[in-house]
Amino acid sequence: MNPKTKSRLGWTVVTVLVLGYSLFPVAAIFATSFKTPGDLGNQTFLPTSWTWQNYEMIFVGDAQGLFLSALRNSIGIALIATFIAVVLATLCAYAIARLDFPGKRIILGAALAVSIFPVISVVTPLFNLWRTIGLYDTWPGLIIPYLSLTLPISIWTLSAFFRQIPWDLEQAAQVDGATQWQAFRKAIVPLAAPGVFTTAILAFFIAWNDFVYGISLTSTEAARPVPAALAFFTGASQFEEPTGAISAAAIVVTIPVVVLVLLFQRRIVSGLTQGAVKG
Amino acid sequence: MSTAAVPATKRGVKAGKPVKSQRTKAEARLGWMLAGPAFVVMLAVTAYPIAQATFDSLFSYRLTTPDEREFIFLDNYLLLFSDWTFWRAFLVTLLITLVTVAIELVLGFALALVMHRALKALRGALRTAILVPYAIITVVSAFAWYFMFDINSGFVNNWFSWVPGISADLDWFGNTWTALSIIMAAEIWKTTPFIALLLLAGLAQVPGELVEAAKVDGATRSQQFTRVIIPNMKAAIMVAVLFRALDAFRIFDSVFVMTGGDQNTEVLALLAYRQSISRLEIGLGSAVSVVLFACVLLMCFIAVKLFKVDLASGTDQSQAKAKKGGAEQ
Repeated sequence: MNPKTKSRLGWTVVTVLVLGYSLFPVAAIFATSFKTPGDLGNQTFLPTSWTWQNYEMIFVGDAQGLFLSALRNSIGIALIATFIAVVLATLCAYAIARLDFPGKRIILGAALAVSIFPVISVVTPLFNLWRTIGLYDTWPGLIIPYLSLTLPISIWTLSAFFRQIPWDLEQAAQVDGATQWQAFRKAIVPLAAPGVFTTAILAFFIAWNDFVYGISLTSTEAARPVPAALAFFTGASQFEEPTGAISAAAIVVTIPVVVLVLLFQRRIVSGLTQGAVKG
Repeated sequence: MSTAAVPATKRGVKAGKPVKSQRTKAEARLGWMLAGPAFVVMLAVTAYPIAQATFDSLFSYRLTTPDEREFIFLDNYLLLFSDWTFWRAFLVTLLITLVTVAIELVLGFALALVMHRALKALRGALRTAILVPYAIITVVSAFAWYFMFDINSGFVNNWFSWVPGISADLDWFGNTWTALSIIMAAEIWKTTPFIALLLLAGLAQVPGELVEAAKVDGATRSQQFTRVIIPNMKAAIMVAVLFRALDAFRIFDSVFVMTGGDQNTEVLALLAYRQSISRLEIGLGSAVSVVLFACVLLMCFIAVKLFKVDLASGTDQSQAKAKKGGAEQ
C-alpha cells in the first residue's frame, strides 16, 4: 500500500470513528422513537417495524397536553430570555470593547463568576420567594433566573467579538458629523450583527438545555419546559414505561438544535472558543 | 520555551482605542449607562439569592411549618457535616468530577488533534459531528444513555452478552458502580466536544515555527508533543479543565434522570434539590446549596492562586500584555 492510500484510509477510519462517537446515542434514541410498544422490550437496536405511533402520541394523542404545552413554554421562555440577555449584553459588551470607564474588569469578572455559579444554589431562595410573590410556575418566574445562564456567556462572547470589529469606521462616521450613538447604530451594528446572532444561538442553547430551574420552579403545564416535562411522561397504562413517548419527544426537541448546528457550525465554534481561550 | 505562549494577544493591538485626550467623564458615564443594566441584572439574579440562601441556612425552617422558623446558627451545617448522606454525596460528586474531567481531557485532546490535522475537506464534517453532543439537551442525552442500558428496552446487554459479566439480566442501574459508570459515560460523551474545541483553539495558537524548529532539531513526534505543543498551550488546557471541573461539580440532570439518586449515586446538587424542593426543608437545603457554592469558589480559588489560571486573559488587559511583550504566563 502506498503512503497516500494509507493515510486516506487512516483518515476514513478516524472520521467514521468520530462520527460514530458523536451520533451513536442520538441514533439509538432515534431508532427507539420509531418502535412499537411490542418492540420496546425486545432489546434490539432497530425496530422490527417502523411506526409513527410515538409521535402521534405526543402530538395528537394522550401525551399531547403535556408535550405541546411544554414545547410552547420552552420555545417562548428560551427565546425571551435569549432576547433580553442579548440586548443587555450587546450594550454592555459595546461599552467594554469600546469605551474606557472604571469598573470594566469588575463587570467581566462578575460575568465570569455568574457563569460558574451552581444553579441549584440559587434555586432554593428563588423557589421560596417566587411562591410568596406569585411568580412560581409562571413564564417570568423562569425567564428571570434564565438570565443568570444567558447573560454571562452573552457578555463574554460579545466582548470578544466586538474587539475584532474595525472601530475606525465609527471614528470616520463621527468625523463626518455623526454622534457616538449614530455612529454605533449606522456603522457598527451591521458589522456586529453576525457576532450578536452567534451569541444568541449559544445563549438559546443554554436556556433550551436548562433542567434545574425548569423542574424546581414549575409545577404544571403553565410554565414547565420540555426537559422537565420529559421527566413527567407516563406510559399509556401504569404498567407501561413511557420509553417511546420520551424518545419521540427527545427527537423533536433535538431537531432544531441539530439544524442550527448544521447551518452555523463555523460561527458556533468561534463563538464558543473566543470567550474562553485567548492565550 | 514556556515563555513563548502568547501569540494571540496581537489581536488586541489592532483594535485601536481612542487616544487619551478623548477620554472624558461623559465616556465613563456612557459606559456605565450601557453596561450598568446587564451588571445589575446579573447581580440581582445571583448575588441576592445566594445571600438569601446563606441567611436561610442559619434557620430551622420548613415550609410546611413556617411559623416554627427558628434561628439555629450553624446547626444545619453541623448536621450536614456529621451525616454520612452528605459526605457520600460529596464524595460521589468529587469522584464524578475527577474521573470525567480526566477522561475528557485525554479524549478531548485526541479529538482536537484529529480536527487540527484533518484535511480541510473533512474538518467541517468532523466539527459539525462533535457539536451534536454539545448542543443536545443534557436530559435527552441522559435518556438516550439510559434507554441503551435499561434492562427492559436496552440493546447493550443483548449486544455485549459475550463479554464476561454482562448478561441479559444485568441491571446497570441496580448497582452503584455500574450506574455511576453510565452516568459518567453520558457526561463524558456530552461534554468532551466542549473541551476538544477549547483545546483545538489552543492548538491553533501554538506557533508553527516552534514545532518546525523542534523537528529540525531532531525531536520525535512524542517529544514535539510533550516538549513543545503542550507547554505552549498550557493556558488553554488550564482554562478548559477548570471550566469543565466547575461544570462537572454541579452535575444534576443525568443523575436525576438515570437513578434519581438511588443506589448511592446521589450528588450534592440532587441532595440540595431533595431537601429544598421535595421535602421543603428550606433551612437544610440552603445549607447544602451554600456548601456547594463554597466548593465551587474554593476550586476557582485554588486554580487561580495555585495553578495561576488566568481566566480573564484575552480581555481588557490583552493590550497591556501585548505592550509588555506578552510574557505574563
